[in-house]
Amino acid sequence: MPEAATLLPTTHDEDWRYADPDWLAAADPVALAHWEEITVPAGEARCEAFEVAAGVRRLRVAVGAKARFEIFAVNASAPYARLDVEVTLADGAHFEFGGVTIGGGDGTQEFVTRVVHAEPNATSNQVVRAVQWDQATGNFLGRIEVVKDAQKTDAAQNFRAILLNKGASANTKPELEIFADDVKCAHGAAIGELDPQIAFYMAARGLPPQAARKLQVHAFLADAFEAVPEDDLRDKLLGIALDQLEEGAL
Amino acid sequence: MLKITNLHAEVDGKKILNGLTLEVGAGQVHAIMGPNGAGKSTLAYVLGGRPGYEVTGGRVTFMGQDLLALDPHERAAVGLFLGFQYPVEIPGVSNVQFLREALNAQRKYRGEEPLSGGEFLKLAKEKAGLLKLDMEMLKRPVNVGFSGGEKKRNEMVQMGILNPSFAILDETDSGLDIDALRIVGDGINAIMRDPAKGVLLITHYQRLLDYVKPDVVHILAKGRIVKSGGPELALELEREGYDTVMADA
Repeated sequence: MPEAATLLPTTHDEDWRYADPDWLAAADPVALAHWEEITVPAGEARCEAFEVAAGVRRLRVAVGAKARFEIFAVNASAPYARLDVEVTLADGAHFEFGGVTIGGGDGTQEFVTRVVHAEPNATSNQVVRAVQWDQATGNFLGRIEVVKDAQKTDAAQNFRAILLNKGASANTKPELEIFADDVKCAHGAAIGELDPQIAFYMAARGLPPQAARKLQVHAFLADAFEAVPEDDLRDKLLGIALDQLEEGAL
Repeated sequence: MLKITNLHAEVDGKKILNGLTLEVGAGQVHAIMGPNGAGKSTLAYVLGGRPGYEVTGGRVTFMGQDLLALDPHERAAVGLFLGFQYPVEIPGVSNVQFLREALNAQRKYRGEEPLSGGEFLKLAKEKAGLLKLDMEMLKRPVNVGFSGGEKKRNEMVQMGILNPSFAILDETDSGLDIDALRIVGDGINAIMRDPAKGVLLITHYQRLLDYVKPDVVHILAKGRIVKSGGPELALELEREGYDTVMADA
């Protein structure tokens, strides 16, 4: 449908409902319709770790039988930054996604994933953590589709957000579409604040408020990168995310 | 060392402390005993500076300075340690990381050089050994998955590492079996029995006092000290109960 490329989505479209409407109205429809195509051949493994730049990046990934595809991403760009990932899993394939949205001002950072379990025995695990302040918004829209024959699918999705002040917000919309009958699909979501009991405990041991809050955010974000295969890479990603906090968030 | 004068405090608008006066000198261990709801934990939290515990009157000086004017982390840095009745779990932060950051934050406040990773680990190993807590546990997230007794021993390991000049221990003995009680008691003595240090031991029961001999025992009731005496007062309480002992207070 080439004509579809010329239509701009709006926040009335389900997949764009939490997007930045001003950014969207001014977007280039042709660029927006572009998907980067990635193929992970059967039995192979590929890991992508990156910072999401401002704007929209869209990845369409075919993961072959018993192959493994991993994405670990820090999404901290303003005013609007979005990563779209559409993954199709073949027999016994695995998709791992660890994402962090973090930011203040009036920025919007979001992850939108669609994971298609197209064949049996595939597994997927998605962990997204959001830390927002000021008027910023962090979103995770995750859709999991399990086709009729994709028995023994094991799919998990978890989203948690911490809002550092009252003006910030977070949105999540888990969607499960399951047509097979022997599957495991788990999802969880929670939006909250930093725990004041932990804050006082840290203070009672001598940590000043800023350091205590930073340590709490560090612990919170660590979940998203727990599956990162190398310690150095995990530390680097966490470092990039935590550096965002220096600018008056705490 | 610690001088509390006519302290009044409330929580959620409810008066809990009503003119509490108490002084602990250097080299002394004082025990505070009292029935449920007397204000024992409130006293600990007020001294620690917990948000929501509002001081409405009185003074507290700690080594000559106005304690109540300091933020909670500053009170820790000037040498005050608060041992929690219910130590908090911190998922995702290891004991080692937490304590090293806490210790170095305290040292920075006092104008001292930070400890290196190696120096810190050596210190942590020594104090964990003193409390018979496996060093592996210090590499795990703070208190997560620890039993009640392990949490209390971990509090004492933290106290050993931070090496305060004054410790307020809020029901450190609750939830301990008899072996753990002995270990914790020995730990308190090893870390805090010092002519330059002081301890305020808040407890329900006499049994911890078998291991940590108090110089003075106070009975707290309705937000103030109603009776003070030597170690024999704790035994009397244990034998006769609060009602009888307080009746002639």
